[in-house]
Amino acid sequence: MSNLVSVNPVKKAAEISSREFLVFSLGDEEYAIDILKVQEIRGYENVTRIANAPDFIKGVANLRGVIVPIVDLRLKFRLASADYTQQTVVIVINIGTRVVGIVVDQVSDVMTLTAEQIKPPPEFGISLPLDYIHGLGNLEERMLVLVDIERLLTSEELAIVERVGE
Amino acid sequence: MDISDFYSTFFEEAEELLGDMEAHLLALDVDNPDMEQLNAIFRAAHSIKGGAGTFGFEALQRTTHLLENLLDYTRRGELTLRRDIVDTFLEAKDMLHDQLDAYRQGVEPDAEAMARICEVLQKLALEEIGEPAGDVAPATTVAPSTPPPASGGAGQPLSVALLGVSESDRKLLIEELGQLGDVLETRGEDDRYEVLMQSTASADDIEAVMCFIVEPEQLDIRSIPPEQLPVPVKAPEPPPKAETKRAARPAVDSRDSGANSSIRVPVAKVDHIINLVGELIITQSMLNQVVEDSEFTGDGGFASGLSLLQRTARDLQEAVMSVRMVPMDYVFSRFPRLVRDLAGKLGKDVELITEGKSTELDKSLTERIIDPLTHLVRNSLDHGLETPELRAAAGKPGTGRLTLSAQHQGGNILIEVSDDGAGLDRERILAKARSNGLPVSDNMSDEEVWQLIFAPGFSTAEAVSDVSGRGVGMDVVKRNIQAMGGHVDVLSEAGQGTRTRIVLPLTLAILDGMSVRVGEETFILPVSAVIESLQPRADDLYTMAGGDVLLKVREDYLPLVALHHAMEVSGAVTDPTSAIVVIVQGEGRRYALLVDELVGQQQVVVKNLETNYRKVPGVSAATILGDGSVALILDIPDLHRLSQSKKASDAVARNSTVLSSKEVSAS
Repeated sequence: MSNLVSVNPVKKAAEISSREFLVFSLGDEEYAIDILKVQEIRGYENVTRIANAPDFIKGVANLRGVIVPIVDLRLKFRLASADYTQQTVVIVINIGTRVVGIVVDQVSDVMTLTAEQIKPPPEFGISLPLDYIHGLGNLEERMLVLVDIERLLTSEELAIVERVGE
Repeated sequence: MDISDFYSTFFEEAEELLGDMEAHLLALDVDNPDMEQLNAIFRAAHSIKGGAGTFGFEALQRTTHLLENLLDYTRRGELTLRRDIVDTFLEAKDMLHDQLDAYRQGVEPDAEAMARICEVLQKLALEEIGEPAGDVAPATTVAPSTPPPASGGAGQPLSVALLGVSESDRKLLIEELGQLGDVLETRGEDDRYEVLMQSTASADDIEAVMCFIVEPEQLDIRSIPPEQLPVPVKAPEPPPKAETKRAARPAVDSRDSGANSSIRVPVAKVDHIINLVGELIITQSMLNQVVEDSEFTGDGGFASGLSLLQRTARDLQEAVMSVRMVPMDYVFSRFPRLVRDLAGKLGKDVELITEGKSTELDKSLTERIIDPLTHLVRNSLDHGLETPELRAAAGKPGTGRLTLSAQHQGGNILIEVSDDGAGLDRERILAKARSNGLPVSDNMSDEEVWQLIFAPGFSTAEAVSDVSGRGVGMDVVKRNIQAMGGHVDVLSEAGQGTRTRIVLPLTLAILDGMSVRVGEETFILPVSAVIESLQPRADDLYTMAGGDVLLKVREDYLPLVALHHAMEVSGAVTDPTSAIVVIVQGEGRRYALLVDELVGQQQVVVKNLETNYRKVPGVSAATILGDGSVALILDIPDLHRLSQSKKASDAVARNSTVLSSKEVSAS
């Protein structure tokens, strides 16, 4: 069960005004990230723990010969529970030349949002810090939190990427 | 297509040409120069100049132009070579290299340096020939074997056929040809496009210039009788020039045959293939496992197919790994110049001998061995080999011998730097060690004394020269080599010389690993760091104040490091007497590593953790096990530091923070 969804990363921005997002859930909240950053989606399996790392760094996994760190955002942002079930999946993200996997509860679908549907983020009420939020996506009954995944994963807070001079 | 698309090709080719030029210059016998070599040097300079002109690299073009003219005089016998002239040529070559680097980085080369070297070259031309070098237009330089141009000033009529050249490239080429002569007519299609021109440049020169854009096979240059202009017909026979050119080539080609039949591939591509092959092997062993588990017997065809797959996959892995290997010549070829320059500076006569140039080593290691080797060679020249007078007094031939050799030894490569100089001075090393506060005694064995030179801050050079003794000592050499997973030792005999032996693994991509289990987790230890393993007895364990445990192994007391503590593994065996200790050594420090169980020994493919993550304390890299999971490869010295700092942070409650941080830094 390695590839649940295969996403083609090479997508032309056909319309500037609308972008595609991958929607996933963390606890009760629905989040969305720019689909162009997503390399693939795989199951949560065979993760080797790394000693002396923060708890949200679950370890490293083998992605076809490449060693990829696996980060559990649910642990980082203190969500109520962080269970590992059949639905638990890892979204493999490309940031620059690096590859990082993030653990999420569920991946639901791919959606297109137009510029009008994207609203500024609220001041509170979201588990993730506002620094990493692009905005909110309004989709009929649903509200999607648009995450700036690149900024989040390269943040000093997560310390996945070693800074120059460290 | 933009002309800048060809920049990188030009830079690479020019770099190679400069390398060739240096090799030929160094090999040149000053008193009796080989015509072939002189021609080769000239051709290299000429090709670079042509390319530099095409791309508008003016400084490079101007410098090569001056050099080229001097080289032309040399090959025509009008300028008699001397050692100092060759030195000037070498200096000019270095200058060209600097200029090339500047252009590569997109900046203008240092104008002052260029003015200086141009002045030197012009002065040389003025003194030796009696005319300024700049006056002779380079395009008019004709090989001595070429018959004089048929039709006076305008040059000889030529037909240049471009075979299979795209239209955009053609435009560039025609522009380029226009600079070499007058283009009279163009005609033809993509597969054969003819340019009729009149030029004073030889076919060779034209080819050299155009080679930066097209392959030599795509060119067909012939001279044609003047009366056929401008109604050109193919010349019935190639001119004699073409023959001399062909005859001139083999001598050069035989040397370069290796380079001609190879392709340039970015390392990242090779690494990607290595990754995929590793995955293939894991998938294959997974299939094996499935078949074994399912007790599927079939008719035997399946099983034999599977074992064939296994064999092919292993062969494929080996073949792919060999792609990363390059001959030691890559390293050795930079020493003739260094030795020549240094020997001249120090007033010593030195003959450099290289052996085992074809011995192969991983590319990444060849790059990292250059610095330590350079240091050793400098040392030998500066401190080891004596001046001709001293050598004569000692009854040795005036010319010292410096030997660089490489050979395979099992899974390792043995690289030696040896000289027939004075050897190490035992008394001086002992005296220096004493003044440095090192524990020494007069009855130490020679081997122990020689090891002292690897101590930090150790240099017996009486005066700091600009050749060696610039504060970078043998300790750095040793540390660099150890960082590559190798070791170094020294043999020396007074009056007979010194021999430094470096043993390195052939590759960093594969490691001989010992897998150990702790709790549910598997770790890999480098076999090179493992000395022995044993089950400790309660009698041999000594608990010290502060919780440290020492293990007595024969005469030694070794600190015990529990892997489950350092790596925070739960469910591990905590009682040392029911576990296993592995005695390991790293950076000269020995300790006993406590693990649950030894699993086995295997070769593992080393994967960098820092590609996508960061440095992990106590861990050097990772690998992928047969079941597809990741195992961490332990860094033996760093693991000890990690364990110490964990103990120190445990002790924070008892001691002040200052004290514990001292402990960490002292460890």
